[in-house]
Amino acid sequence: MNRRNFIRISTLGAGGAMFGSIGFGSGREPSLIDRLTGNVHPEESKYIRTPTYCEICFWKCAGWVYKNDQGEIWKIIGNENDPHCNGRLCPRGTGGVGMYYDQDRLKTPLIRTGRKGKQEFKRASWDEALDFVAKKLDFIGKKYGPETVALITHGSGGKLLTTLMKAYGSDSIAGPSYAQCKGPREVAFGLTFGTGLESPEPTDIRDTRCLVLIGSHLGENMHNTQVQEMADAIDRGATIITVDPRYSTVASKSKFWLPIKPATDIALLLAWTNVIVSNGWYDKDYVEKYTTGFDKLKEYIRPFTPEWAYGITTLDPNMIRDTAKEMANASPAVIIHPGRHVTWYGDDTQRSRAIAILNALLGSWGRRGGFYLPELKEIPEYPHPPFPPVNKSWRDILGGQYPFAELPLANAIVDGSIPGNLKDFQYRGWIVNGSNLNMTMPDTRKTLEAIQQLELLVVIDTMPMEITGWADVILPECTYLERYDVLRNDHNREPVIALRMPATEPKYDTRPDWWIVKELASKMGLGRYFDWKSFEGFLDYKLKRMGSSLEEMKKIGVKKYERTSGDLYFSADNPPVFDTPSGKIELYSSQLEQAGFDPFPRFTPHEEPPEGFYRLNYGRTQSHTFSRTSNNPNLSAIMPENLVWVNPKVAANWQLKEGQEVWLKNQDGSTTSFPAKVRITERIRWDSVYIVHGFGHTNPLLTRAYGKGVSDAALITKILIDPVMGATGMRGNFVTFLTENPDKEVKA
Amino acid sequence: MRFAMAIDTRKCVGCSDCVVACQTENAVPIGYCRDWIVEVNDGTYPQLVMEIRSERCNHCSNSPCVRCCPTGASHYDYGGIVLVTPHKCIGCGACIASCPYDARYPHPKGYVDKCTFCVHRVKEGLPPACVAVCPTKCLYFGDTDDPRSEISLVLKKRKYKRLIPEAGTNPNLYFLI
Repeated sequence: MNRRNFIRISTLGAGGAMFGSIGFGSGREPSLIDRLTGNVHPEESKYIRTPTYCEICFWKCAGWVYKNDQGEIWKIIGNENDPHCNGRLCPRGTGGVGMYYDQDRLKTPLIRTGRKGKQEFKRASWDEALDFVAKKLDFIGKKYGPETVALITHGSGGKLLTTLMKAYGSDSIAGPSYAQCKGPREVAFGLTFGTGLESPEPTDIRDTRCLVLIGSHLGENMHNTQVQEMADAIDRGATIITVDPRYSTVASKSKFWLPIKPATDIALLLAWTNVIVSNGWYDKDYVEKYTTGFDKLKEYIRPFTPEWAYGITTLDPNMIRDTAKEMANASPAVIIHPGRHVTWYGDDTQRSRAIAILNALLGSWGRRGGFYLPELKEIPEYPHPPFPPVNKSWRDILGGQYPFAELPLANAIVDGSIPGNLKDFQYRGWIVNGSNLNMTMPDTRKTLEAIQQLELLVVIDTMPMEITGWADVILPECTYLERYDVLRNDHNREPVIALRMPATEPKYDTRPDWWIVKELASKMGLGRYFDWKSFEGFLDYKLKRMGSSLEEMKKIGVKKYERTSGDLYFSADNPPVFDTPSGKIELYSSQLEQAGFDPFPRFTPHEEPPEGFYRLNYGRTQSHTFSRTSNNPNLSAIMPENLVWVNPKVAANWQLKEGQEVWLKNQDGSTTSFPAKVRITERIRWDSVYIVHGFGHTNPLLTRAYGKGVSDAALITKILIDPVMGATGMRGNFVTFLTENPDKEVKA
Repeated sequence: MRFAMAIDTRKCVGCSDCVVACQTENAVPIGYCRDWIVEVNDGTYPQLVMEIRSERCNHCSNSPCVRCCPTGASHYDYGGIVLVTPHKCIGCGACIASCPYDARYPHPKGYVDKCTFCVHRVKEGLPPACVAVCPTKCLYFGDTDDPRSEISLVLKKRKYKRLIPEAGTNPNLYFLI
């Protein structure tokens, strides 16, 4: 009995609630209730629908927004023709309506009146707010140079803001999606195969026979089509191998679950490589034709036997051999999944390299059931004058550090805003769009230290967030359901574009991103970079040059194009091209070697939790996208707070009870602002705890999310920087439990 | 005609999309739900098993809720779907107490509400909203009286269980295992 947990989530209505006293006689409105009880039969076609693509996460699934018979936004349904979703949105996309209906939304432009961090603002007109920003940018540009202003962005507004920044004279344009998320794997796959993975990753799960997930909790992260294809793979009887110290959802669906000791993944990857090489299980023809450095690898990998790895990973050597055999049997229809959030221990590029090498040995790159060759539709530029030269580019500002960074690093912008961190340079202003840096960036205290040094912080968002509380000016963007945006064009099996158009007028005094950028540009004297009369005209200009039109896209939402780059996989007609110095897959990386890094991945032991502390492991849940959805009424109803997962043995040691509230304190004494409830579960190892990222909001303007759960960003104060490309490894932090509130001033 | 649903527990990841889609499709008030996710764990680390189920009204062929309803608000409808007629419901709660699956909730407007298998969609030839949205396609809906229907075929092919069969309600949700 005590070994059985029974968790029923979303049972909010059953049992507890009292009957309402409202009758349903004469006064009731018939339409909605009758419709939902089947008394009236809606015809899907009679409802107005408008195309969109989702803004709740980076997968950007295309869908249709339906309105009900009162003309209100009713529901969002996936677009059947979209390869990002195949007509099926995930819970967040389905719950996207909540983003529109959230009554806590930012409603007017605001200019700060009190000191930074105090929620003291005055309402401003758009004219006033944009004037303020334009004047301040002009001042900073003249005094320090435009290159001292950075843009940190996440989401579709970023593209036009990027144009504005380049026109202004800065190229410090960063997304935390790079150095806090997928950067290391992009660099590692680039070094190995000559191309990164980008988004959506070209994993051919649809046709795979073996899917290997290393710390990637597909199914808890709802990377939509990957989850869909994984479910199909389960139906087809494909093997899933999951490596995770936590019994993740997908671990429960896997033929093999390897409950690895945290921070030892490279040892496992080397052992797998050892088994595959020493048994000759690699794809000999592929390795010979397409790779360089195999002989060196063979020599290098010799000591890393499963027995060697056992002492490090605690994984049974036979299990390591069996799983290697399983992969080899499936080769080339095997995917060692590169993961997405891979910034863990500071040697993440090397770990991703080990994954890339294993894929290369099994011949899965460019092969059916491995990695397909994606294609992107080129979207024509709307003509604009050339950008001015940048006085000091982000790379110059880095001064030779992190030589393999391909994109600006959000963490380097934070660091570079604190005086004394960089020689001769300091960032003076940030424009932040759709990115709640207080919770997105590790080490909230450092983020706040940087913010306090800024002469200008402009935040463009739909919701009050922690960062909006620190802004000098808040520009309230309308939600994606109320606006046009740039066309979506991510690469896929076939080139595809999608349109987002407003389903309804913007609520409150909010504006679309394109409007904000165009107005701001004209106030900055940069209107010539946005020389279109209407945004519809801007879109139509592009679409007409792509064999479509805005008129057509409004009807279909999604348009697919024929491939022009040849087959989806390597073939005689489609010989592989590797954009590496050798023109081959580089098992041995001479580029890394020349820059003074290990040419082959090396296992380095990482710090272990001190006595009484547990490794902080964090991850995703299906119903939320980081901190951006925590206040969404539909989604917070599904999951209102995060819980601290604790192994029963640990709970017994600490005498913790299920549901008990605890505060967490890390190795540096940093504590959470709020408590989280304990979830006692066998699904977590005894040496770690687990929380879902994105909770613990401290902005009281978020009426549903304020004080619910804990933020991992406050606990990640030890940042393990990847020397290769500068990403922030965040899994080297350890926490302990406090049963009393460590800060009496904070009311939970 | 006998409408039923099969839920593939091997594919369900418990994402709650069925819950959210039901909520928007049927304007279920925030804080209530007609369907939900159950996660059952067993074992000791690392010897573990987990089952995830998307649950809702079982639309029982022998429904205690229909039997105990004093006004006839709870009734069998199209294809055996169990429905509540809101304007006949007096909110006495007898059905809530009688349901072994805890599938009903008191709607704030004063009547008892629950899953309708989206009968308004089914009559239009559309699957229930939860089935249409499910990213893992783990939900099968159809007519078990039709041997050629997808659900009949999947029930023929796969092992399944029904919940609380001992209650004798003859439920029409099948959990594929």
